[in-house]
Amino acid sequence: MPDANRHERLLGVLKKVTTQPLPSDSEESLFESGLLDSFALPDLVSALEQEFSIKVPDRDLNPRKFDSIARIEAYLDQHAG
Amino acid sequence: MTNAYLKAFGMHVPERVVTNQEIGELAHCDPAWIEGVSGIRERRWADPESSVADLAVEAAKDCLDRASLSAASLGMLIVASGSGASGFPGPAAAVAAALGLETTPALDVPMASAGSLFGLALASKLVEFHGDVLVIGAEKMSAVIQASSLDPNTAILFGDGAGAALVSSRPAGWKIVDAVLHTDGQFRDVLTFDWKSGLRMDGKSVILQATRKLPSVIHELLERQSLTPAEIRAFLLHQANQNLSLRVAKALNVPEEKVYSNVARYGNTSSASMLIAAAEWSQTHPAPGPIVFSAFGAGFHWGALLARPA
Repeated sequence: MPDANRHERLLGVLKKVTTQPLPSDSEESLFESGLLDSFALPDLVSALEQEFSIKVPDRDLNPRKFDSIARIEAYLDQHAG
Repeated sequence: MTNAYLKAFGMHVPERVVTNQEIGELAHCDPAWIEGVSGIRERRWADPESSVADLAVEAAKDCLDRASLSAASLGMLIVASGSGASGFPGPAAAVAAALGLETTPALDVPMASAGSLFGLALASKLVEFHGDVLVIGAEKMSAVIQASSLDPNTAILFGDGAGAALVSSRPAGWKIVDAVLHTDGQFRDVLTFDWKSGLRMDGKSVILQATRKLPSVIHELLERQSLTPAEIRAFLLHQANQNLSLRVAKALNVPEEKVYSNVARYGNTSSASMLIAAAEWSQTHPAPGPIVFSAFGAGFHWGALLARPA
């Protein structure tokens, strides 16, 4: 079952690392939409670690894992408490 | 650590300047975009007839001049390059021949961006046995980016050049104190090159890994030596991208000026860049203090090396 609070916190994180409006489609690529670029991505990962008190290990530093709101939520489902 | 000293640095860049305007027209992208995403304003390209070895020899001669040594005094050559023209022999043999060396061992390190760092660390271990070791990083990246159709995401970044460092067992310059080297092969497909397929780079993956691994390995090295980043005189990094260098400075909590940068003028010269930076820095920033070298590149290979004034 989707965690509404986590979803809102994730949107809050995304709003901190980009000035562009967030996509309404959670499957939309954040890279192809221009929301994230190469240097915003590390900021996003750091912000996720801080907000959700997780440590993203180097082996998980794969852009595809953070390419859409849905994929980030799937990652958080697996790794955030 | 054995007794190993950085006696002198040297460099060579080709005369031809390729501006963002020129590469922007070739790769069909905006010059302002190039500078914005990379901090690069221009790069150097060698003429088509020049080889990696030709560039390396010029840097070697510059380094030997600055060290007041002849090539005949060398005990070993290490040549780092990811852009040699052939599978084997690598450019080290041609460099040795051009320097008039007939029996001196010459080792190729075909690692791309982290090659000269690994070469320095290796030299520091070999110098007491072999005598003075000349470490060279040399790249003809203009040929690499033109091996296939120009990709604006990579073609804008790279330039040609060579850097060199003379590592000696006799006290001089800076003493190599410690080095940390790492490799993580699970990302080996993220940044690749061969002459048939051309250069392939997942820039987002590279930046994502480098922004974490470079500060991390520098911290690892300094903590091992009970030092803090604030105590370091200069950080001489592989010159990949100005935005990356700024992030490393921020992560280390040091002023941007401590992270030496010439990427605006030469672009990313892969294995050559760290030693070109050292050659320039050593001539313009003579104040003493510990220095840190660090690089990250294809493989992924990355690491850091600490040197203190001798």
